[in-house]
Order: sequence, then C-alpha cells, then structure tokens
Amino acid sequence: MSIGLHKSEFKNPVIRWVDSRLPLFTMMQKEYGTFPTPRNFNYFWNFGALAMVSLMIMILTGVFLSMNYTAHTGYAFDSVERIMRDVNYGWLLRYVHANGASMFFIVVYIHIWRGMYYGSYKAPRELLWMLGVVIFLLMMATAFMGYVLPWGQMSFWGATVITNLFSAFPVVGSHIVTWLWGGFSVDNPTLNRFFSLHYLLPFVIAGVVFLHIAALHITGSNNPLGIDPKGPQDTIPFHPYYTSKDSVGLVVYFIVFAILVFFMPNYLGHPDNYIPANPMVTPTHIVPEWYFLPYYAILRAVPDKLGGVLLMFGSIALLFVLPWLDGSPVRSMRFRPLARIAFALFTLNFFVLLYVGGKPAEEPYVTISRFATAYYFAYFLVILPLLARLERPLPLPESIARAVLGRGGGPIPMAAAAKPMEKA
Amino acid sequence: MRMLKSLVLLGAMAIAPAAYAAGEEIHLPETRFSSDGIFGTFDRASVQRGFQVYREVCSNCHSMRLLSYRNLSEIGLTEEQIRAVAADVQVQDGPNDEGQMFERPGRPSDRFRRPFANDAAARTANNGALPPDFSVIAKAREGGPHYIQALLTGYEDPPAGFTLGDGMNYNRYFPGHQIAMAAPLNPDQVEYADHTPATVEQMSRDVALFLHWAAEPELEQRRQMGIKIVLFLGVLGVLAYGVKRRIWADLH
Ligand code: HEC
Ligand code: HEM
Repeated sequence: MSIGLHKSEFKNPVIRWVDSRLPLFTMMQKEYGTFPTPRNFNYFWNFGALAMVSLMIMILTGVFLSMNYTAHTGYAFDSVERIMRDVNYGWLLRYVHANGASMFFIVVYIHIWRGMYYGSYKAPRELLWMLGVVIFLLMMATAFMGYVLPWGQMSFWGATVITNLFSAFPVVGSHIVTWLWGGFSVDNPTLNRFFSLHYLLPFVIAGVVFLHIAALHITGSNNPLGIDPKGPQDTIPFHPYYTSKDSVGLVVYFIVFAILVFFMPNYLGHPDNYIPANPMVTPTHIVPEWYFLPYYAILRAVPDKLGGVLLMFGSIALLFVLPWLDGSPVRSMRFRPLARIAFALFTLNFFVLLYVGGKPAEEPYVTISRFATAYYFAYFLVILPLLARLERPLPLPESIARAVLGRGGGPIPMAAAAKPMEKA
Repeated sequence: MRMLKSLVLLGAMAIAPAAYAAGEEIHLPETRFSSDGIFGTFDRASVQRGFQVYREVCSNCHSMRLLSYRNLSEIGLTEEQIRAVAADVQVQDGPNDEGQMFERPGRPSDRFRRPFANDAAARTANNGALPPDFSVIAKAREGGPHYIQALLTGYEDPPAGFTLGDGMNYNRYFPGHQIAMAAPLNPDQVEYADHTPATVEQMSRDVALFLHWAAEPELEQRRQMGIKIVLFLGVLGVLAYGVKRRIWADLH
C-alpha cells in the first residue's frame, strides 16, 4: 500500500474527510456492506451475530452493575439485593446480566454445534475455529467467576469445589489452589480477584472476537453445503441480505431473552444462591450453572479425582484438535450419511451429560455418565477418524447456485467436488 | 437435518427443569396464589394481612434485614400507618454528640428491626437452630410461597418408627422432615382487621404471599413491562420477517 490519503468513495464531505485519513468507513463497507457471502445460509448462521450482541449486552450491563456492587464477603450479597431493590431498574440490570449469561451460552453452544455439523472447523478455517474455542474457554472462566460474585451458597461452594480441582495435580496442586484463593480457603481475597478478573476477561474476549472475525474475513464464511463459492453467482452482498436475515434472528433472540428476564428470571438459577454464603453449612447438592453441567458430569464420571480433572480438560482440548481428527474432505454432514448419525448421537449424548451433571452422584446416574463420557470421547477419537477413511460421502452439488436455484446440471463426482477445498 | 433440529429442541426442553430436581421427592400440595402465572399480581389485602402475621408472630424470631418500613407503601400502607408501624419499635442509634448510643422510636427509613442482636443470640434462644432471615426466603426455596405455605401447614405427628431429635418437630414438607421450628401458627392467633377468619390455612397463605412480595417487590412492574416488551417484539419480529422476505424476493 502506498503512503498518502486513502481514495475514499464516500460522497458526504465529513465522512469523506475522516475516511480518507482513516478508512474506517471503507472497511465497514467492505467487510459488512458488500462483503460477498454465500447465498445459501440458513438461520444457524445467525448465531455468530447473536453471540456478538450477547457479549455487548454483558459488558454494558456489567459495567453498570459494577457501579453498585461491593466485592467484599460482608457486603457482596446485600449489595446485589440492594441493586435489585433500591437502584433504579437495578432488578432489570441484574436479571439481564444473570440471564444474559445463559443466553450467551445457549447462543454459543448452537454456534459451535453449527460449526461441527457443517464442518466449519475444516481447512482453511482451522485457526478461526481454534480462536472460537479460546473464546468459549474464556467465557467459561468469566461466567464461573461471575457466579461467585453474588456470594450466595452456590457461589461459595461452587468456587470451593471448582478451585479445589487443581489440588488433584501432584506436587504443585495444593500450591496452585492456595495461589488461586489468595489464602487458605475461598474468602475475601478470592472474591476480590474474581471480581477483578470478571471485569477484565470480557474485554479479552472482545479482543479474541476481533481476531476471530478478522480470520473469518480472510477465509470467508462456510455454508450449509460446505462447498466453496465458485463465483459471483454463488454469493450475495452481506448487506442488505444478511443484515435483514440477522435482524429476524435478533428479534427472536430478544423475545426468548425477554421471556426469561421478565417472567422467569430465576428459572435457570439455583434457589440456594439466595442464601448468603456460609462456609459452615454445605448444601446437599452442589451444582454449577446449567451450562457447565455436561463437563461437570465428565468430571464426576471417573472415581479418580485427577482422572476426572484430566478428562474434563481433555474434553475441551479435543475441540482444539478437531480439525485434525476429522480428516474427511467433505465439510457438510448433509453429504456424510454415517457421520451425520454419529453426530446426532453426539448431540443427544451432550444433553444426557447435561442431565446427569445436574443429578447427585449416585446410581443410575453414575453409570449413565460413564457411558455418555465414553461416547463423547469416542466420537472425537475413534468415530470421526475412522469415518474419514471408511465413509462414502454422497455426491456434492456442483455449485451453491445450482443447488439453491435448482437450475440445470446434475451433481458432479465426489473427487472433483472435493478439489477446490483442498487447494484453499 | 430436520431430525437433528428436533433432537436439539427436545433435549433442551426436557433437560432444563429436570436438572435440579434431586434427592427425595417431596410433592407440595396444589395451591394457587394471586402471584402465580405471568399475569399474577399481589393481592393487596392478603399481603397486608400477611404482614400482620409476620409482625405479630414470625418477627419474634425471623429478621428481614433488607426491608425498610418505607417499603410497606408498595403494599398499600399509608404514610401514617407506616410511621405508626415504625414507631412501634425502638431502634438503636448514635453515637450522639456525647458519643453515646441511644434508643429512639423507629422511622420509616429504618430497616425492619431484628429480633436478635446476632446469630449466636438467635441460636441460643432457639434451641441451637438459626431462624433464617426472611428478606429473600421466597426466592431461596424451591417452590417459593407454595413451599412456605406447605411448611406452615405441614406439621403432623411423626409416622411410627420415626425418631425425632430433641426439641425437633415433624413436618411433612421440610427436607428430612425434622424441623427445629415448632408450629408457629395456631387458629385465631391474630385478629384480622377485615374480619377474615384467622385459620392456620388463611394465615399461612397470607404470610407466604407477603414473603413472596418481600423477596420480589419488583414482580408486578417486571411482568407489566415484560408483556409490553414481548408484544412490541412480536410486532417487530413480523415486520423484520416481512422486510427480509421482500429483500430476498429477487433472489429466488
Ligand atoms: C419461636 C421462633 C420462631 C417463630 C415465631 C417462627 N419461626 Fe420459623 N423458624 C424458626 C427456626 C428456629 C427455624 C430453623 C428451623 C430449622 O432449621 O430446623 C425456622 C425456619 C423457618 C423457615 C425455613 C424452613 C426451611 O426450609 O429452611 C421458614 C420458611 C419459617 N421458619 C417460616 C416461619 C413463619 C412464616 C413464621 C411466622 C408465621 C415463623 N417461621 C415463625 C423459628 C421460628
Ligand atoms: C462474557 C461476559 C460475561 C459473562 C458470561 C458474565 C457472567 C456473570 C454471571 C453468571 C454472574 C452472576 C449473576 C448472578 O447470578 O447474580 C455475573 C455477575 C456479575 N458480573 Fe458479569 N459476566 C460477563 C461480563 C461482565 C462484565 C464485562 C462486567 C463488568 C464490567 C461484569 C460485572 C458483573 C458484576 C458486578 C456481577 C455481580 C452482580 C450480580 O451478581 O448480579 N460482568 N456475571
């Protein structure tokens, strides 16, 4: 690029003046206006935008909550209730933030599911996918620490159980735990550092989201057919087509969100968290927030503590290497008759894990959680690698336009269809 | 594809409510409160009677430290009534100019007076058990007001073979069935100004509804706002979908 003013194409003199010095408007126009996007997205492609909106809502409500929140074991619980009672629309802020976390996870789980079904993790989008997994991990850390802040019974005991996991590591374990706590139990120093990190991490997430989107705009989006666009007939400009389609999804998202916030704000929470934290009284069942339950089930599936911890971390680590576990060149499972069944079972299995994760560690839940954990790992480590070799994919359509508009031209053989992907 | 979608939906619907139901199942009796449902509100007369029950009975043991007397205006008490209720208790204030603490009659801005100076005092007076604070009790128990009402009417003789601990009472709805609180309500324990018969059933309903209000004072405002917002979003959704259809029309 040569030095000198950018040749802006905007007519408005003010916009033009700014744009020729800092081409923000040109960039937005390029990335979100005319950006060529496959013409065949279904509504699953809404969830990236929805995740972005969720993050913004969390940061916005979080900043205002923080103005009234007190990170001290003696005041935290009461300060949250004071927000609910005495701050103007404080109940709205808090319920939007608490349920917003659930909405965020629902959206991101569907977003990840979409990626797994349509093979969005495959070349050339591996890094894009891995950045997504980083976001997911950061979200889990943020939500976990956020849940500690209201300092109810589940806050305290959840924090105790989860931080204690690190003690499973030999030699360094107990030191790590003391270091995390800032003392010898979950106490005021723990609450303080969790608040600090809870405030910080969402901005780190925002940074990684930026990289995630930058990477997306290099490779371009995947699509339900999983084949690359081959020319202008396969793509449409992002605006107005996908801005209008995303708006529909956004309104539906807000309706679900509003129903939660206004009519059932504590439905997804646990009543025990309205009992102030008490280190002397252990709740009968300590359960994390619903979005952690599948991993909680994996953690408890094996009798060995270290084993459980390793399995739990492993279950997420697998997502990082998923692009290399699944060697099939066909992205979309629409064309993978066997992988599709295996993935349907994986989906069902995930709900089974979620269910048993919320149950006490007794029979039959323990046995169920073992089988479900086994399938979770088998899907990644055995089924996908095997299917990549054994499965015969269905013939891929010749192009997106052909498939969508159904005009002329039959399907072309597998081998030819898979080619463009490999070179990309 | 369709199969997968329905799988996800089904799973999501089945799991959420079931996730926390654990341990021995105790079924609460069917009751209806005016605050039930998405259009539910607090029946003012009942909430006020419930406050009377709290004030005359429960407040001897249970604190409500997050509520102030002024909050009672939300359930329809007049300014004078609130001032009278507050003035009925002595609260500690100070230090004054001489550095002394002193007692004075309560004011509407004061928090509800606590029955005990601290938890240890509360335990000593209650056979070692701590009467929980009532500020958010309705949010802190599965079933909310339904549970509280069931608890208050659930006292009975223990079944044969059940050994009660010292000073404990059998309650059908309390987890584990042994509760340190003796049945707090007896027929005609309070005299309602509106001449509603003060049966245990009636008093427990009223106080349960009062506690629901105390835990979620924003409930009515929240639901009213919610109905408006959901309706608005419904219309907006139809419009957004229409716009999207029009924009996409030239593509198909
Ligand atoms: C004489 C003191 C006393 C009075 C009066 C009293 N309670 Fe209690 N209450 C207690 C004690 C002590 C406990 C703790 C019981 C336990 O943990 O076993 C308790 C516990 C409770 C609980 C919590 C049960 C649970 O699930 O943990 C509720 C609800 C309750 N009381 C309601 C009431 C209501 C409503 C009234 C007034 C009608 C009332 N109490 C009057 C002493 C009292
Ligand atoms: C990734 C984004 C975020 C997630 C997933 C998240 C999650 C959570 C959760 C689950 C809670 C507990 C809610 C409850 O049960 O009461 C919480 C509380 C809180 N969060 Fe966040 N949060 C996010 C961003 C932020 C940000 C950016 C801030 C500050 C700028 C913030 C400030 C707070 C405060 C002050 C509380 C305590 C008040 C309360 O408990 O309601 N959060 N958060």
